[in-house]
Amino acid sequence: MPHQERRFNPYTENGGTILAIAGEDFTVIAGDTRQSEGYNIQTRYAPKVFRLTDKAVLAVNGFAADGNMFVQKVQQRLEWYAHAHNKPMPLKAIARLIQTMLYAKRFFPYYVYNILGGIEEDGSGAVYSFDPVGSYEREACRAAGAAQSLVQPFLDNQIYFKNQLPPPGGAHPRHLPLNDVLSLVIDSFTGATERHIEVGDGLEIYIVLAPNKSSVELERLPGVKRIQGTFDIAGDASPDVTAAAAAVGVTGEKMFVMRRELKKD
Amino acid sequence: MDHHPTNWGRPRDDRVDPYGTFPIHARPRPKEDAFGDAVKHTQQPIVTGSSVIGLKYKDGVMLAADNLASYGSLARYKDVQRLHPVGTSTILGAGGDMSDFQYIQHTLDSLIIEEFTYDDGNKLGPTEIYQYLSRIMYNRRSKMNPLWNSLVVGGIKSDGESFLGYVDLLGTTYQSPTIATGFGSYIAQPLLRNAVDEHPEPLTEEEALSIIQKCMKTLFYRDARSLNKYQVAKVTAEGVTISDPIEAPTVWGFAEGIRGYGAQTQ
Amino acid sequence: MFRNTYDSDNTVFSPQGRLHQVEYALEAVKQGSAAVGLRSKTHAVLLALKRSTGELASYQQKMFRIDDHVGIAIAGLTSDARVLSNFMRQQAMSSKMIFNRPSPVNRLVSAIADKAQVNTQEYGRRPYGVGFLVIGQDDSGPHLYEFSPSGTAYEYYAMSIGARSQSAKTYLEKNYEKFMDCSLEHLITHGLHALRETLQQDKELTILNTSIGIVGPPAASEVLVQARGAFRILEGEPIATFLSTMTPKEVVAAAPEPDTDDDEPAAAGGDVQMSDA
Repeated sequence: MPHQERRFNPYTENGGTILAIAGEDFTVIAGDTRQSEGYNIQTRYAPKVFRLTDKAVLAVNGFAADGNMFVQKVQQRLEWYAHAHNKPMPLKAIARLIQTMLYAKRFFPYYVYNILGGIEEDGSGAVYSFDPVGSYEREACRAAGAAQSLVQPFLDNQIYFKNQLPPPGGAHPRHLPLNDVLSLVIDSFTGATERHIEVGDGLEIYIVLAPNKSSVELERLPGVKRIQGTFDIAGDASPDVTAAAAAVGVTGEKMFVMRRELKKD
Repeated sequence: MDHHPTNWGRPRDDRVDPYGTFPIHARPRPKEDAFGDAVKHTQQPIVTGSSVIGLKYKDGVMLAADNLASYGSLARYKDVQRLHPVGTSTILGAGGDMSDFQYIQHTLDSLIIEEFTYDDGNKLGPTEIYQYLSRIMYNRRSKMNPLWNSLVVGGIKSDGESFLGYVDLLGTTYQSPTIATGFGSYIAQPLLRNAVDEHPEPLTEEEALSIIQKCMKTLFYRDARSLNKYQVAKVTAEGVTISDPIEAPTVWGFAEGIRGYGAQTQ
Repeated sequence: MFRNTYDSDNTVFSPQGRLHQVEYALEAVKQGSAAVGLRSKTHAVLLALKRSTGELASYQQKMFRIDDHVGIAIAGLTSDARVLSNFMRQQAMSSKMIFNRPSPVNRLVSAIADKAQVNTQEYGRRPYGVGFLVIGQDDSGPHLYEFSPSGTAYEYYAMSIGARSQSAKTYLEKNYEKFMDCSLEHLITHGLHALRETLQQDKELTILNTSIGIVGPPAASEVLVQARGAFRILEGEPIATFLSTMTPKEVVAAAPEPDTDDDEPAAAGGDVQMSDA
């Protein structure tokens, strides 16, 4: 009998897929809620997308135990930052923090793919994607996880207009409107659910809006719920109030979550 | 994941004694590096328990586990309790290595005593125990020295809601209305999901007990490392109760007619 | 120079059974400007008087957020307070990390009390030179605690610490029975009345020199509403509405003028350094 080294393997794969798309003044970050191991569905609801601050959301995918621990550690670092500076950490700083934290475990990595989405200090929507050891870049869209190979080509085609000719005499739009993006996200996940056994059960879509972007239309959509910020501005925001709010780092970003069912088979 | 505890946390590999037919620790292992003997961490479980199953029902949660602790394929100990109350509103069920489970029991007992001595009205409920266990299990796996168990935590939270969660040797966690570990994830989980997910109303205690009994009986029929003697625990607003050992009524008469099983020789 | 023979080390008792170093630490608390805390069935509030070294300087920080559900006001050495409040933040975070629950307030307070006690007993250490008022809410409702460098921590309906805090205490003792059923607005007004008693003759409470810390549901006038009624610190413009609810001093001063403690140094003078909170 051939001897094979049988060591304890500290990793596993828990399936699922995550995805984020940045608009001009919004970002959408989504993940399915199935957690599986091998052919077993462990649970139909295990969140993979987490609110970090009023303007930053982190999606984690890969080894679930590492993912949950990593999110907790990031949240602790952000809490210390808030204690020290009396304001939430800006998105691009969170991105660099995440790279540092991932690389610190370069030789025993967190086996997770991270996608960070939110609103930058200049009010633009942004997506940062990471590999397990911290290599990262800012992008307009990114899919990761079990169905990355199914979803990313679809996004390349629909967001980056790859293999599409521009309309005669025109150009491709630089940014898509929120409604179009939401439709693409939902289609991505229903498609991935059909074709990948590890994707399904539920879909959780976080939507972060830049200051001054109206949320009226969004709030009319079914299954959309506002997420209460650390601070919320009460009543109508007068200029005085807005200034006072800005002094504590509240600039009017609004965060929403949309929950939808996916097929469970 | 392969249901047998020996293979938890390992890449699937059918070349290596897939049926666990001889004592596990005696399996030949290649020599590691020259200093490999200086520190030895748990690389395999020795005395193991099989499945734990659990579900949420109207008044709380119900868990069940049989009373067998196996030594490889030998049914070694047949009166082992694998359900352990933690505080007044939590129950813990364990499969996998029984000595690691005993260590976890002692750790939790100390924790509960420490909490009691604060005497300030605060209690550790199932969510606290679940988080605590997930930290212990994850920390140990990160030291490459895991506690070789699959754990099910059930209970009633301080707000009256029921809780059911899973933690294993990798620190993997999840919560679900029904949970079954080990071989039970193949045999019992479909039965449990059928009973709970397809049911419009929460199950009554009688319904819950009856599906638990059905699962334990099926497991005994199908899982070679299970025993026809098990205990059922429930946590309700009244607290934790663990039943005396129950025997599943099984029928083996049909075996007589099976070639190679009964009296006939050919 | 030494005031007593038994000054040199805090591990040495005086023949009267006193630890002089510990008592001096309590004096350091009295050097700091006053802080007042009080509690109702629904809220706990802190009010503190901030000092400034002069026209050109900013005001000191008198309040610290520990966690969503806990905050403190300090009197004494700010640097010692920073060390202790960071320790409390660590404890609060590890409670979330290990047990997924916000730390019960009393455990945070006992944790720093235990830490302070060690400094009153071990060779080569000095006691902390700062006192805290801690407010927070947990499963058993809102709480107010006082922590002192001697290593003690007690729960109160209302309490004050710092320079001339005896005057505030006199007000609180007269009125505390009303606090339990107070609205947040009334509770803060009571707190401001108490804090005002610690001022020197010619001084008054302004939006610049007053901090208000709150746990519990928001007041009508609060512009920024914190999720879950968490701890927040109000400073500057937002506290103007609360200051305007105070009744003029003469009316309140119908109460007998509180006797000032002889022991208290004239620390309330303008020459105190920033590091003395």
